[in-house]
Amino acid sequence: MAGGIADAGAGTGAGIYRGRAGWLILPSWLVIGFFLLLPVIMMLVYSFLTKEFRGGVIWEFSLAAYDRFFFDRGLFGDEAPVIEWTYITIFWRSLWQAGLATLLCLVIGFPTAWFIATRVPRHRTVWLLLITVPYWVNLLIRTVSMKFLIRDSGPLNEFLLWLGVIAEPVHLINTNLAVQLGLFYSYLPFMVLPVYASAERYNFALSEAAADLYAGRWTTLRLIILPVVRPGIIAGSILVFVPSLGAFLAPDLLGGAKTFMIGSLIEEQFKGNAGNWPFGAAVSMILLTIVMMLLLLYARTQTRREAR
Amino acid sequence: MGKTSGKIIDLRRFPGFLPLTLLCLVMLYAPLLVVMVYSFNDNSSITLWSGFSLRWYDDVFFGLEAPKFKQAALNSLTIAFAAATCATAIAVSAAVAMLRARNLRGRTASFALINLPLMVPEIVTAVASLIFFSAIGFTAGYLTILVAHIVFCIPFAYLPIAARMQSIEDTCEQAAMDLYATPAEAFRLILLPLMLPGIFSGYLLAFIISLDDFLITNFVKGAGIETLPTAIFGSVKQGIKPNIMAISTLLLLVSVGFVTLSYLASRMGQNPKTQINNDKKL
Repeated sequence: MAGGIADAGAGTGAGIYRGRAGWLILPSWLVIGFFLLLPVIMMLVYSFLTKEFRGGVIWEFSLAAYDRFFFDRGLFGDEAPVIEWTYITIFWRSLWQAGLATLLCLVIGFPTAWFIATRVPRHRTVWLLLITVPYWVNLLIRTVSMKFLIRDSGPLNEFLLWLGVIAEPVHLINTNLAVQLGLFYSYLPFMVLPVYASAERYNFALSEAAADLYAGRWTTLRLIILPVVRPGIIAGSILVFVPSLGAFLAPDLLGGAKTFMIGSLIEEQFKGNAGNWPFGAAVSMILLTIVMMLLLLYARTQTRREAR
Repeated sequence: MGKTSGKIIDLRRFPGFLPLTLLCLVMLYAPLLVVMVYSFNDNSSITLWSGFSLRWYDDVFFGLEAPKFKQAALNSLTIAFAAATCATAIAVSAAVAMLRARNLRGRTASFALINLPLMVPEIVTAVASLIFFSAIGFTAGYLTILVAHIVFCIPFAYLPIAARMQSIEDTCEQAAMDLYATPAEAFRLILLPLMLPGIFSGYLLAFIISLDDFLITNFVKGAGIETLPTAIFGSVKQGIKPNIMAISTLLLLVSVGFVTLSYLASRMGQNPKTQINNDKKL
């Protein structure tokens, strides 16, 4: 994301704080190392332990959590294992829900970012502020507001009925679309800002050259602008997709049982009735692995881009 | 620009982009505006509008649930204050090491570690923290929430601070050192004042992020303690009530106030007087 910030320092600072570098960086290592890195390692360990009923673990090695995720061995665990689809389906649903939310953010976010980037500089700040202000409002409140707006007897339906666009209320709440709307609403600025950053640097001489060669507006967009802005689009997509994948509030409040996603599955193991800590830890590990692989893939494309 | 061979086309414009931008803004603001409007509804049913009233604000401050929400708000604010303060201090110290000490070893690893809270999905952080705290027998409550908040606030404080510091060259500090300032004095008298706008926006960012958090708080908090988001969530689970809309409106105004402050701070940061060595870069 801000890879430049890490490296740039190497060139400038002439070492005023030379002797103290270790001490200055130490607090961040201690706090994050002890309270995030160590807990994640601990979670990995827990995913290989035996579950205790009503939450917690017994310190005995077991593969039961991962086994439960992938295989179904019948009610008493003595039947031949067949593939368990329940959890794979939840992951699959989360993946495409997050994917569609990302697409929605892109379809609406790209034109918005482009529109802002082509304003006069003085106006850009105002437009950007307008896009980012809702992001600073509490996520829970935004999600609740969305729920209030789109519920069956909510203001959106009343408005549409009053307009005469629809004859009876549209059922939105507890559908996949509601979850996507919620995710879109939660993470849209993450798409607009990186795309804007790329679009702002776009050189319009390229568009002129394309126009001179008789390219139409949309051909230019497809063949010239989109490839140039692509780094911003990829960064934005990652920034929207990753938090959407593990989101809890939007699926929980706007979706129903039919839209159960990874976040709710994990939450249920710790806060809900399921109370299976090793399983919750295992699901979290699988989610973390997917996210880390995505981020590594992204980092690799970035370094390759810089190398060119 | 855009005038090619007699025919005037603006190459910057695409038909339909303005309506989409407006649609985007409507989608972003409509839910918030609707909730704001309905928080002034006189009716106790959330569906029917029966006139303007402040009764739900009265209910928030003096009603039956007022003590619960007041306590939750107090917890939220004190945790945000403490977490933002600690995270900012840690971030400033880390930024000085990362950007000013040439001999720092493991810079890439440190950078990755500082940003780790941004990369790990929130729900995973929540699970890991819960497991860790319960394993070491750290009793859940105010302190566990605070520690968890400090951790995920660090990168949010770090990014604006580092961005600001990157734009300050170290010539002034060098000059101070030539005049026999100790490194501590060079930092306190030269670098710190120049960094102040960055520190301020980093602090505000951390504060808002802490105030905003629901998921991690919900996992690590004990049974007896609530922050504003967890209290609101608990209440919303039984249906959206008008007093929740009044609380939401109040919180919304707090957030907007903070954004405005942060915006003004960044404007202040661009003031030529405070920008000693940036001219070359711009």
